[in-house]
Amino acid sequence: MSSEALSTILFLLFVAATLGITFWASRNTKDATDFYAGGRSFSGAQNGLAIGGDYMSAASFLGIAGIIALSGYDGFLYSIGFLVAWLVALLLVAELMRNSGKFTMADVLAFRMSPRPVRTAAGVSTITVSIFYLLAQMVGAGALVGLLLGITSPVGKALTIVGVGVLMIVYVVVGGMKGTTWVQIVKAVLLMTGAALITLLVLGRFGFNLSALLGEAAAQSGKGNSFLIPGLRYGTEAQGIAGKIDLISLGLALVLGTAGLPHILIRFYTVPTAKDARKSVLWGIGIIGIFYLLTLVLGFGAAALVGSDTIAASDKGGNTAAPLLAQAVGQQLFGTVGGTILLAVIAAVAFATILAVVAGLTLASSSSFAHDLYAHVFKRGRATDQEQVLVARIAAFVIGAVAIGLGILAQSLNVAFLVALAFAVAASGNLPAILYSLFWRRFNTAGAVSAIYGGLVSALLLVIFSPVVSGSETALFPGADFAWFPLSNPGIVSIPIGFVAGWLGTILSKEYNASKYAEMEVRSLTGVGAEKATGH
Amino acid sequence: MTTQEHESSVYEQVQGSEQFQELKRRFRAWTFPMTAAFLGWYLLYVVLSGWARDFMGVKLLGNINVALVLGVLQFVSTFGIAWAYSRHAQKKLDPLADQLRDEVEAREQ
Repeated sequence: MSSEALSTILFLLFVAATLGITFWASRNTKDATDFYAGGRSFSGAQNGLAIGGDYMSAASFLGIAGIIALSGYDGFLYSIGFLVAWLVALLLVAELMRNSGKFTMADVLAFRMSPRPVRTAAGVSTITVSIFYLLAQMVGAGALVGLLLGITSPVGKALTIVGVGVLMIVYVVVGGMKGTTWVQIVKAVLLMTGAALITLLVLGRFGFNLSALLGEAAAQSGKGNSFLIPGLRYGTEAQGIAGKIDLISLGLALVLGTAGLPHILIRFYTVPTAKDARKSVLWGIGIIGIFYLLTLVLGFGAAALVGSDTIAASDKGGNTAAPLLAQAVGQQLFGTVGGTILLAVIAAVAFATILAVVAGLTLASSSSFAHDLYAHVFKRGRATDQEQVLVARIAAFVIGAVAIGLGILAQSLNVAFLVALAFAVAASGNLPAILYSLFWRRFNTAGAVSAIYGGLVSALLLVIFSPVVSGSETALFPGADFAWFPLSNPGIVSIPIGFVAGWLGTILSKEYNASKYAEMEVRSLTGVGAEKATGH
Repeated sequence: MTTQEHESSVYEQVQGSEQFQELKRRFRAWTFPMTAAFLGWYLLYVVLSGWARDFMGVKLLGNINVALVLGVLQFVSTFGIAWAYSRHAQKKLDPLADQLRDEVEAREQ
């Protein structure tokens, strides 16, 4: 049997299992709390796994392993930003948010503000961030199927995007948060198992001598010692000072973005108490940290055992490094059949990874549409639970359809920058609004709205006029040139703009609600009146 | 939401209480400086990656260089801070928060 066929069978098994779980979960999805927050009945450990499943996208699995395989150490810079970011969520956001919010990020922002403008801003930002992220994953899925299953025709890729889109719509519409969470848990277990297995085999090949592995990787990369030092990809000496500032800018967006990503924030509502939210982030940090250490071995292992040239010939971005490595170690240890099986396993895991992440994003954006925009802005808080859930399901369907359409249109474009952009928008608009809301007594409606729009618009504008959109060979529109902003990552400018806009908006408005701040502060720190779990 | 007026006055009393101020102080006195510390430590690592590449390339043990060790230390510090926070929260924050919550919920009934 070919690896493609085996891969497809394994993937279909995953789909069958997760669909089964989703329909099983749907029997217990009755009210809004079930749909938006899984009844708040997941344990800290379960939610920790789901956090891992939600967060570790194909970009972190295939992408980071690929960057390391092609450019060496620089891929590790990405992992470290992605991991350290979780401390912001743990120390400042997760528990307080669980205590004072209900279903969406906007619940916390609107707590002591005028609800309509704040929820509009938060809804717009949530949907924008989620669609960017979603689009990057959808286009990635199309590219992946070409690389792993040998389907390279535009029609084949488009069909893959449709397939991924339809599955994510079914998970979200049918299973809501419960279904989505279980898909993410299953995926996290598969991804960790797959990555750990390949890592062990690779390390075993080098007698568990990391130094020997690094030496071989440097030798096979054709770049020698510089392969083990930062600077081959980000902030290269050729790019000069702008490249190095760009590196800092990327680092800032990564480390500050996570705690402002809506699909991550809503995970804190799926557990019974703030203590469980803390526990789930601790589990999440453990799982994500170990995973990124594994990808380090996978990346260097791919360079050492497959060779950077072979990887680059298969895919310029290096996205096939991990699957090719699986095939290579399998073949060396167990012969051709072993190689075929391991390649198929890793390819199936990669698709499972994409599905779990896109389901989380679709859920976050449709929840925000239904709960923030429909129920509180259009209906001014007078929508029933049933209406909200119906609207959320319709929204999931529409957002899914839009993502499929955009994914097909964009399939030949270089949209990899969209993930970094989603982090930049989250760090520039959402994070200042959340932190000011939780910790600054004087903060008000004008401040929240200015922080969100200020961060969102500045990040977007700077990226539009940056080298990732025009004026370079790898740009979204390589033929045009309207780039005047020298950095690919807007964070170093847009994050301060978000914080300053939030501060300025606040002090220019006289509004201030002392009694609501007292309520928020007491509730967020003590858990008084926090939403309870619903048992079924 | 009909009891909002009543509730907010309870909240304001709790907010002004010495016990709550102590909880808030213990929370902020730990998390705020720690956030500054780990962000500073992370930025130092990124800056070194950009501007101190010769230093990052110094080999310590075989092919294991300063860059790899500093990178792994970011993982170690992240795990360590997460663990330390959970201990701090269990010992210093949770008991006080639970006590305050019980008090407020008793008053609301």
